[in-house]
Amino acid sequence: MIKEIDAILDENPKAGREDLIPLLQEIQENQGYLSENAIIKVGKHLQLPTSKIYGVATFYNQFRFEPKGKYHIQVCRGTACHVLGSSTVLDQLEKHLKIKADQTTKDNLFSIEVVACIGACGLAPVICVNGEFYAKVTSESIKEIVENYRNKND
Amino acid sequence: MSLNIEVNNQKLSAEKGETILEVLKRNGIKVPTLCHIKDMLPTGACRICVVEQRKTGKLIPSCSQPVEDGMDILTNSPKVNEARKTIIELLLSNHPDDCLYCARNMNCELQTLSNTYHVRERRIRGVKNNHHLDLSSASIVRDPAKCILCGRCVRICDEVMGISAIDFINRGSNSIVGPTFNKGLNTSSCINCGQCIMVCPTGALTEKNHFPELLEALNDPKKIVVAQHAPAISVSLAEEFGMEAGKDINGIMNAALRKIGFNKVFDTSFTADLTIMEESAELIERVKNGGTFPMITSCCPGWIKFAEEFYPEFLPNLSSCKSPQQMMGAIIKSHYAQSAKINPEDIYSVSIMPCTAKKFEGQRAEMTSKGISDVDAVLTTRELAALIKLYEIDLNNIEPELADSPLGLRSSAGKIFASSGGVMEAAIRTANYSLTGKELVQFKVKEVRGFKGIKEAKINIDGLELGVAVTSGLQNAKELLAQIKNGRKDIHFIEIMACPGGCIGGGGQPINTDENALIARMKSIYNIDEKESIKVSHKNPEIRDLYRDFLGQPLGEKSHHLLHTTYEERDVLK
Amino acid sequence: MSMDIENKNFLIQNILSPALGQVLSKEALEKLSYFKNEKNDRPLIYIGAGTCGLGAGADKILKATKLYISEKNIEAEIIETGCIGLCSSEPLLDVKLPGQNRISFENVTEEKVNKILDNVFSMNLNGDKTLGQFTSGENKQWSNIQDINEHPFFKPQTRLVLKNCGIVNPVSIEEYIARGGYKHYLETIRKKSSFDVCDIIEKSGLRGRGGGGFPTGKKWKFAHAEVSDQKYLICNADEGDPGAFMDRAVIEGDPHKLIEGMAIAAYGIGATKAYVYIRAEYPLAIKRLKIALDQAREYGLLGERIFGSDVNFEIKVKMGAGAFVCGEETALIHSIEGKRGMPRPRPPFPAVSGLFGKPTIINNVETLANIPGIIEKGHEWFSSIGTENSKGTKVFALSGKIELTGLVEIPMGTTVREVLFNIAGGIKNNKKFKSVQIGGPSGGCITEQNLDIQIDYDSLIKVGAMMGSGGLVVMDEDTCMVDVAKFFMDFIQRESCGKCIPCREGTKRMLEILENITTRPHGNSHSALERINGVIQLEKLGKVIKETSLCGLGQTAPNPVLSTLKWFRYEYEEHIFDRQCSAGVCTDLRTFKIDVDKCTGCTICAKKCPTDAIIGAKKTAHFIVEDKCISCGTCVDVCKFDAIEVF
Repeated sequence: MIKEIDAILDENPKAGREDLIPLLQEIQENQGYLSENAIIKVGKHLQLPTSKIYGVATFYNQFRFEPKGKYHIQVCRGTACHVLGSSTVLDQLEKHLKIKADQTTKDNLFSIEVVACIGACGLAPVICVNGEFYAKVTSESIKEIVENYRNKND
Repeated sequence: MSLNIEVNNQKLSAEKGETILEVLKRNGIKVPTLCHIKDMLPTGACRICVVEQRKTGKLIPSCSQPVEDGMDILTNSPKVNEARKTIIELLLSNHPDDCLYCARNMNCELQTLSNTYHVRERRIRGVKNNHHLDLSSASIVRDPAKCILCGRCVRICDEVMGISAIDFINRGSNSIVGPTFNKGLNTSSCINCGQCIMVCPTGALTEKNHFPELLEALNDPKKIVVAQHAPAISVSLAEEFGMEAGKDINGIMNAALRKIGFNKVFDTSFTADLTIMEESAELIERVKNGGTFPMITSCCPGWIKFAEEFYPEFLPNLSSCKSPQQMMGAIIKSHYAQSAKINPEDIYSVSIMPCTAKKFEGQRAEMTSKGISDVDAVLTTRELAALIKLYEIDLNNIEPELADSPLGLRSSAGKIFASSGGVMEAAIRTANYSLTGKELVQFKVKEVRGFKGIKEAKINIDGLELGVAVTSGLQNAKELLAQIKNGRKDIHFIEIMACPGGCIGGGGQPINTDENALIARMKSIYNIDEKESIKVSHKNPEIRDLYRDFLGQPLGEKSHHLLHTTYEERDVLK
Repeated sequence: MSMDIENKNFLIQNILSPALGQVLSKEALEKLSYFKNEKNDRPLIYIGAGTCGLGAGADKILKATKLYISEKNIEAEIIETGCIGLCSSEPLLDVKLPGQNRISFENVTEEKVNKILDNVFSMNLNGDKTLGQFTSGENKQWSNIQDINEHPFFKPQTRLVLKNCGIVNPVSIEEYIARGGYKHYLETIRKKSSFDVCDIIEKSGLRGRGGGGFPTGKKWKFAHAEVSDQKYLICNADEGDPGAFMDRAVIEGDPHKLIEGMAIAAYGIGATKAYVYIRAEYPLAIKRLKIALDQAREYGLLGERIFGSDVNFEIKVKMGAGAFVCGEETALIHSIEGKRGMPRPRPPFPAVSGLFGKPTIINNVETLANIPGIIEKGHEWFSSIGTENSKGTKVFALSGKIELTGLVEIPMGTTVREVLFNIAGGIKNNKKFKSVQIGGPSGGCITEQNLDIQIDYDSLIKVGAMMGSGGLVVMDEDTCMVDVAKFFMDFIQRESCGKCIPCREGTKRMLEILENITTRPHGNSHSALERINGVIQLEKLGKVIKETSLCGLGQTAPNPVLSTLKWFRYEYEEHIFDRQCSAGVCTDLRTFKIDVDKCTGCTICAKKCPTDAIIGAKKTAHFIVEDKCISCGTCVDVCKFDAIEVF
C-alpha cells in the first residue's frame, strides 16, 4: 500500500500546489480511497500543510476517505434520473445491501456512491457499477444487477 | 486621482483603489462586517457589509468593491437593512441558544449585530448541527457549533502566523473549520498562540478555563495560592473594565489579586530580569566558546512549539533559558518555598499571562520538578478580568499596592518584555555591561521598537559587532529563518515572538483589541521604561540578592537545574 | 505507422499548407472522400458509443458485431462514434457498404445484431427498425428508407455544434481535416490579427453558452487588451447541471472541433496555454479528448511555432473532482490552482487577473465549439441565425417524461412547444404536460401557458427561467412540483461551497422548509401555521439569497423554488393545508386505512410495522393508529389481501 503512494509521488518530483488535485486523484485511483497516510505523504511531498490538503479533499465529491467495495455502485441523482424515480432506486439499493450511500458492505463487496449527474440523462435512471453503465434501472432490476455481481466468480 | 461619490445623499471624495468600506469608515459611516480583516484581501464571504447601489437597486459588498467615480450608495436603505437582518437571522437560525452561558456573552459580534438590527423573534428556524466540542488542546477550546464560518481564524493562522493548523473542512452547510482529519487541536500543528480566539466573532474559539480548580485552591485553607503577572497584563487589563487603552493599573491589579485571596502577588517582570541575566550570559558564552549562532530567544511558548514542529534544525540555536513564567514558577517552588518554609506541594502557583500558549507551556513535562508542576494554573488577561468581576471588586475604589518582595521588584528592562523587541533591548543593555563593565549612555534601541514584522539592528559593543533581529507574527519569523537557512551570517541574536507586536498583542488579551489599543499598550510600556530609574536587569537589587543567596551565578549549577530546559522535535499533523 | 505519416503528409500538403494557388487534383479529391468515409472499399460498421450509447448497451452490440465479422470472415471496419443525439433510439448501429448510403438502425439489441447484419449484407432489409440513411456523394440510396435529415427529430434542427457528432470517427484527425477542419485555424494565424479574431466573434453576436450569456467577443477583447507575459484560456467542461450533457456529447463525438475552437480563441486573446477543466465523471470524453490532443500535437497543430508561425499553443487536461460550484469562473480557477473551489469577489475579473494571477478567459465547450464555424463562414452568416439579441443555435439536452430524449440543436428563437412537441414527439405515455425545467438548478420552469415563448436569453429571463447550460427536463402530471423544487434545493445546498452566509445557510433553510411541507408532522412539531409561515419565508429568503450571494450559484439558487411557487402555488397549498400530494410523489404524506372487509387478521402487517402502528387481534380486522404511522408503506407491501388503502 504505502509503496504505491510513494511511487506515485516519486513520479512527480516537481509537483506543486497546482498538481495537488491530480495527485489525490491518482492516489485514489490506485488505492481506492485517500488514507490519512496518503494525505500526510502528499503534504510532505508538496510542502503543504495537511489541513489544506484535507480541506481540498473534503471539498470535492470525488474523494473518499474509506476503502471502496469490490463493486462500486454509482447512482446518478441528476434531474432526469430524479424525475424518473432514481430516489426509489437508491432506496431499494440501500435496503437491499443494508448500507447507506457512501458506505461499504461489511464483506467489502459493495459500496454505494451518489453522483451528481453521469450525463446519460436520456437513459434515466442510470447507475454505473465499476465503470459499467446500466440504463433505465428500476427498483426491481437493481436487485438483479447487484445479485449478478455477487454471483460473479472472479 | 480623487473620485466623487455620493453616500446617503451626501457627497464624499475617495481615492482610486479604495474600497467602499474604507471610504465609509473614513467618513464615520459604520458598516457591519464579519469576515473582514483590516489590511487583508477581502474574501467577500459574509455579505453583511452589502450596500445598495441607488441607480440599479443592486446590493454590493462594500468590503471588496472598489469605489468608482459617480457611485451613488445607500448604506441603510430598507433593502440593505432587510438583507443584513436576514443574514443575521440565518446565522442565528441554527446557532446554539445558549448566549447566557457562553464565554462571549455580552462580547459577541453576532449578539451585537442581532441587537443592532432588531432581531426580536425567530422567523427562521433551522435544524441545529451537532458538532462536538474539541477540548483536546491545553489552551484552546473549539466549539464548531458556534462557528459562523467567517474564516478569520483560518486566515490569521495561515497568513499571519504561517501555521495553517486549521482550515475549512467539507462543503456547503456541512462546512466546519477544524484541524486536519477533523481531529483534536492537540494532534495538529497548533501552537496555542490564541490569535484565532482574538479574531473569532463568537464563542467558537475560547481559551481553556481552569476556574474550578483555581477557586477550589483559593478556598482551601491549606493552600498557599500565589500569583505572578506578566509584564503586559498591567497595561491591558484596564480595557476590560472600560478604561482607556494602555492605562497602567499595576498597583490596582496587585491590590485586586490580594482581595481575591491570593496569598502572594509576584511580578513576572522580575523573572524577566532573571531571564536577561541567564540569557545574556549564555550569549556571551556562545560568543566566547564558538557556540551555535544565531542564538534565538525562548521566552515565547508559541514560538518554541513552532520551532519544535517546523524548524527542528534550529533547536540548537534556541536559548536554553526557560521563559520568565517558568523561571518564576521554578523559583517559587524552590527558593520561595524554602525561605518561607512551605512545602512546595502546598503552593498553588497561578500565572496571569496575555497568552494562551502559556497554558500549554505550564503543562509541558520538562516544566516540572519531582512530579510537581512549576506552574499550576495559567489565566489569561481576559480570565483575570472575569475573576475580578466574579469577586465583585471595584477597581475604581481601591488603592494601588506593591507586589510582594522578593520576587516582586523589577527593572524596567524586565517590563519591556511586553512588547516585541523588548527582550532584545533588555539583553543588549545587560550584555553591554557584562562585556564592557560600563552602562550604555543611550538605553533606547530604537531599531528594535515598534510594530514592524522584521526589525534589524547592528549593535557595537566594544568593537564586537552583533547583528540582531526581532520578529513578531510567525510568518515573519519564517521569512527570516529562510534567509538564515539560505546562508545569511550577519545575524547573531534573534528575538522571536509569535504574536504580532509581541505579548501586548497576545492571544490572551482583551477580545476587541484593535490597532489603536496595541499602540497605546506599547506606548505605555515604553513610558514606564522612560520614567523609571532602574533600566537594566543586572541592577535589580532583588536579582542580585537571588544570585547571592540562592543561585550563585548565571549559568551556574542551580540555574542549570531550575532555569534552563531542553527542546525536542515534535511530530504533529502539519 | 508509415501509413499514418503518409496520410499526415498528404493532408498537410494538400489541405493545411497548400502551395499558393494549388488546386486539388482528382486523385487528391478521391483520397479525401475516403478520409471522409464517403467512399469505402470495405464495409464500415458504425456503433454509437458515447456514454449514453454505452449505457444503453453499445458495448454488447460492439462485441456481437466483432464476433459476427470474425465468424463470417468479413473484412469490415468498425468505427465507434459519439452520440448523434437521439438517446432514446440507442443503441445505434450503422452500416455503410461500399457504394451504398450509410444506413442507421435504432434500438438494436445484442440478439438483433446478427440478423441486421445478415440483412444488410444481403441488401435485403427485412423490417429492421431504421433511423434513416445518410445521403452522400455518389452512393446509392436504400429504397423505402427516409433520409435521416427527414426524420422528425432531426429535420427541424440546425446542427452546427453537433454537426459531426455521431457521424464522424471522433478520434480520426484525418477525417476532421478532410471535412475542412483546422484549415481555417491555420489561415487565421497566418492572415488575421488577433484583434480581428476577437472582433469577428464580437460581431457574430455569439454569447456564452455556459449560462450567463455574456458576449464572447467582448470578453475576449478584455483579455486581449491586457498586457502580460502569460495569458490563459480555460475551457469549462465541468458540466455540472444535473440534466445537461451537451458538452460531454461534443467532446465524445467531435473533440477536434473543440480543440480548433480553443486554438482560435487562444490566438485571439494572446494565450499560449490552455486548460480543459473536465468532469472526472466523463472518463470517455477525457479519453477521446486526450487522443485527439495527441493527434493534434502529432500534426504540429499544437506546440511551439505552429506551422512555422510564431504562435505557440498547448492544451492541458485537468479533471474536476466533483463540485458544481466549479462552473463559476473564479471557483474553477481556484480548483485548477489546487485549492478549494470557492469563488472570490469580482473585481478583479479573470480577464484581468485570473489563473495564477494572469489574464484568463474561460469559455464553455459549446461556446468554443461554435468558433471554428464562425471563423470559416464569417460573422454575417452566424448572426443571420437566431434572434435579435441571441445569435446562432443552442444545444439542449432533453430528458424526463418525453417521448424522444437526447440532444437537439435549434436556432435561437425556436419555441419551447416546437422543441417538445414537434422535435421530441410530445409527452410519454400520452400523459398531460405539466412543466419543463430549463436551466437546471439555476433555472426555472416553463408551463403550458408559456410554451410558445421563443427560446433566447432574454425571453427566458422574462418568464423567470434562464438559458443555463441547456438542460430541458420535462415533467408530466405525475411529477410533484414541490418535490422538484425540493430536489433542486437539495442539490444546490449540497453543492453550495459554504463560503457566503446567504447561500450556505439560506439554501439549507429553504430545503428544511420544503422538507417540512412534504413530510408528515411527527409528533407535534410543524403546525399548518408554521408551514404557511415557512412558505412566506421561502419567498423572503429566496429574495435575499439572490440579492446578496457571492457568486452565480447562490444568486440563482432560489430560482427553482421561486419559479414553482409562482406557477404552482396551489400545489404548495395542497401540501400544506390538505397534507396531500396529488401527484403521489411525496409518499410521506400518504395516509393508510385498512379495509375491514378485506382484512383477514393475518397479523403480518402488524408484525412488520416498524412503529407498531397497527393493532388488532388475530383473525379480526386490524386498525392503523394514525398518530404512530410514519407512512412508510411497509404494510401495503406485505399485505397479501390488498386490504390496505392508500390516500
